[in-house]
Amino acid sequence: MSTVTQTSGRPPRIGDAPRRHTARPSTEATVGQRIFNGFSHLFLLVWAVMVVYPLLWVVMSSFKDDSEVIKEPLSLIPSKLNWDNFGRAWTQGHLGDFFLNTLVVLIGGVFLTMLLGSMAAYVLARYEFFGNRLIYYMFLAGLTLPIYLAAVPLFKGVSNTGSYFPLLGPNQFPMLILVYVAWSLSFTVFFMHSFFRTLPNTIAEAALVDGCSHTRMFFQVMLPMAKPGLISIGIFNVLGQWNQWYLPTLLMQEVEGEGKRQVIAQGLIELSVNQGYKSDWSGLFAGVTMAMLPVLAVYIVFQRQVQAGLTAGVGK
Amino acid sequence: MRHGSKRFVAGFLVLPVGLYLFYVVWPFAQAAGYSLTNWGGFSDTQEFVGLDNYVRLFKDELIRKAFWHSVFFLVTVPLFTIVLALFLAFLLNVGGRGNRAGVRGVRGSGMYKIIFFFPQVLSLVVIAVMWQQIYRTDGQGLINGVLIKIGLVDADNPIAFTADPEPFLGVPAVLWWLLVIAVWGGTGFYMVLFSAAMQSIPKDIFEAALLDGASRVHTFFRVTLPLLRDTVSVAWVYLGFIALDMYALVYIMTPSQGGPNHTSEIFASVLNFNAFNKGQFGYACAIGVALAIFAILLAALQLRITRRDRIEF
Repeated sequence: MSTVTQTSGRPPRIGDAPRRHTARPSTEATVGQRIFNGFSHLFLLVWAVMVVYPLLWVVMSSFKDDSEVIKEPLSLIPSKLNWDNFGRAWTQGHLGDFFLNTLVVLIGGVFLTMLLGSMAAYVLARYEFFGNRLIYYMFLAGLTLPIYLAAVPLFKGVSNTGSYFPLLGPNQFPMLILVYVAWSLSFTVFFMHSFFRTLPNTIAEAALVDGCSHTRMFFQVMLPMAKPGLISIGIFNVLGQWNQWYLPTLLMQEVEGEGKRQVIAQGLIELSVNQGYKSDWSGLFAGVTMAMLPVLAVYIVFQRQVQAGLTAGVGK
Repeated sequence: MRHGSKRFVAGFLVLPVGLYLFYVVWPFAQAAGYSLTNWGGFSDTQEFVGLDNYVRLFKDELIRKAFWHSVFFLVTVPLFTIVLALFLAFLLNVGGRGNRAGVRGVRGSGMYKIIFFFPQVLSLVVIAVMWQQIYRTDGQGLINGVLIKIGLVDADNPIAFTADPEPFLGVPAVLWWLLVIAVWGGTGFYMVLFSAAMQSIPKDIFEAALLDGASRVHTFFRVTLPLLRDTVSVAWVYLGFIALDMYALVYIMTPSQGGPNHTSEIFASVLNFNAFNKGQFGYACAIGVALAIFAILLAALQLRITRRDRIEF
């Protein structure tokens, strides 16, 4: 989304300069336009500063030592780069563990969500069978119902399951992964369903004639064709599951003999709530910075895909 | 359908549908069932009490508060976010200097879009913890610090932000401060969405308007906005759901998760309070069902109001 592609390399749109019927030789903008342009930049800059300044302030504060955070809370330039804040947050604040936990859950969760979600969406979109609509609407219903309604029975259900299958009980990664997958399926199925519908039939028919099995067709023909959709929904799920805080807070609670296996969002809440007693401000800032920067960095590198992926979900 | 497709369909569906039934559908169904009992959650006794929990719901002072707070967010979050996002998208797309007396996007619009989108990729928790520091009630907070320094705020009497129950325009101040965060976090995303929608409007429509001598502001209100109606109404529905889901902010930022003095209670906080602090699971489930009905009615209502003939181009 550079300015170059804004004005060229695509069909003319609103951002481009249309010709007027009164051909004016002058290339000078009128005074009114100049004022309007200045006004636009002013407002856009004000909002950009409002977005960036708090983020920058957090990042910069994470390099200050505690006394500087208290004495010079507003300065954007720390007197010295205190890298040990990060070390402290990483080890004593357990951010290292949180990161690792989040990574484990995220890798399992996103992979399974994508696999199972696109399998279900594919079958629902391209095969006719009894109950097809019912299952599809059941998945859709999950989009509107608030998660809080299910909180209490879900918590009980997980506790009960845990007494039969320890790995699926509270405070277990496999359980959290499966819960994430189940709760991410609604949107994934909804999104991929509309995507598989748009894929051409001819290729599928050709593959069938060549004796391709249904399973092979899905993995070797359909999935590769659905790649743009998979990327969008993948980004959506990565961000969604990385940011998930309610389910882990509900389900990753202490079980006798085991410390909580917290994910990053959950751990940050605890870190900030406990601040009142320890008041390790610079450590807290360092924790927030570490939770923030990797996501921002990935976003900046893939910003076109991320913006397209996230807005595609709403645009449908 | 070839031979064997039935087995294939079943094989592909069994895992996703099974997981979904077990972890999503079954808890919802159970919640509806528990809402008719007086189950305490940790005891084995549960008696069927019929609609008692629902009758109690209507008499519950906290629920009434939560309802009005949700209404407040439902009105203000979409309104402020959409107006601000439309305004910024408009400036971004037509605010540029017309070098041939026309309309063009501002320079650096790509950069602005990248920056405005930042809050969208950050987790709600990171945003909440960050704003907790910005909203600190002493000179260490970003806002109080600046205001004290320039003398607008007395150091002994700083702004209380989310600990402030005093009403402002009839609504507790804490809700306004939470609203600021929601709007700050949401605007960039909807600006990018509206901006993309604006760019997909064909240029000839604008040329025609300009030929007829319409000004930029006129063009925006008479041409762009009506054509964006679809996108704006979808945004409205989504923002409605976000407004119902302010729980993360309430949970992290307000004193005793819904305070001070219950001035920031929302459905989810009342539900959690009843379920896990008071041990009244049956009643908590009734609150959840009420919230679900509220959400579904709202979605239906919004879709109904905003539905209109689609303009194809």
